Amino acid sequence: MVVQALAFYLFAIIAVISAAMVVTVRNPVHSVLFLILTFFNAAGLFVLLGAEFLAMLLVVVYVGAIAVLFMFVVMMLDINFVEMREGFLSYLPIGVLVAAVLFVELAFVGGGWVMTDAKMAAIAQPVPVGVNNVNAIGMLLYTDYAYIFQAAGLVLLTAMIGAIVLTLRHREGVRRQNISQQVQRQRAETLEIKKVPVGRGI
Amino acid sequence: MEIGLAHYLTVAAILFTLGIFGIFMNRKNVIIIMMSIELMLLAVNINFVAFSSFLGDLVGQVFTIFVLTVAAAEAAIGLAILVVYFRNRGTIAVEDINMMKG
Repeated sequence: MVVQALAFYLFAIIAVISAAMVVTVRNPVHSVLFLILTFFNAAGLFVLLGAEFLAMLLVVVYVGAIAVLFMFVVMMLDINFVEMREGFLSYLPIGVLVAAVLFVELAFVGGGWVMTDAKMAAIAQPVPVGVNNVNAIGMLLYTDYAYIFQAAGLVLLTAMIGAIVLTLRHREGVRRQNISQQVQRQRAETLEIKKVPVGRGI
Repeated sequence: MEIGLAHYLTVAAILFTLGIFGIFMNRKNVIIIMMSIELMLLAVNINFVAFSSFLGDLVGQVFTIFVLTVAAAEAAIGLAILVVYFRNRGTIAVEDINMMKG
């Protein structure tokens, strides 16, 4: 129990500190690296909560895909990041004010929340006993939530096609391969058989 | 010391607040703003999983998968728009994004 508490505080404190670094460091590359650290620690919190599948999913999807995508874009764009920081201090008071108000509101909502028997009875899908986390999620995801699962796949497909359509550009003067034209080529238009007389060229 | 639901909710609230704070602070850099949005989605996911774990209801974890999906799609589309915008204008400062006069 003590080990669990220590692990919780370790993950939570590192996650919060690195999240603060994400929004305050000067260099966006460092910002992305701190974002990755935050995701790793959140995955640790998920493991402590008993959601191992989601912890691994967080590492694979966020660290493996999204953070690398951010890293690509940050390094690809040629931007002077020093002048991006201008106006940081002028926005500080309003930023701190809004953040503080929001945190107090969240604290009130969280503090005023109580568990009652009526809420306990309204639980939709109780965690099955004796089944591991991945198995339990799979049993639920592919049965009751199959349609929403398909819809999530469609969202990803749309995002993929949208990203390709947005960033694809046809430049002028670039020779492109036309596969159907290549395949439909006849022998008559490419080969010409000539009789070459002996001792003379063509 | 027992780690309860309130501990996880506090961590999630702090992460969400930091996300809001990041949006307000980095008014010139869209990339940091998108990272702040990712932080806020992560805080929501922590809330979902914490409630799911402490109430013994599996739907929270299933929903987290969908939030993760939408977050991935949003990041891909957002970064694609950002790349196209940078190609056209040569800047990513939020204050310069006023072509639609909104």
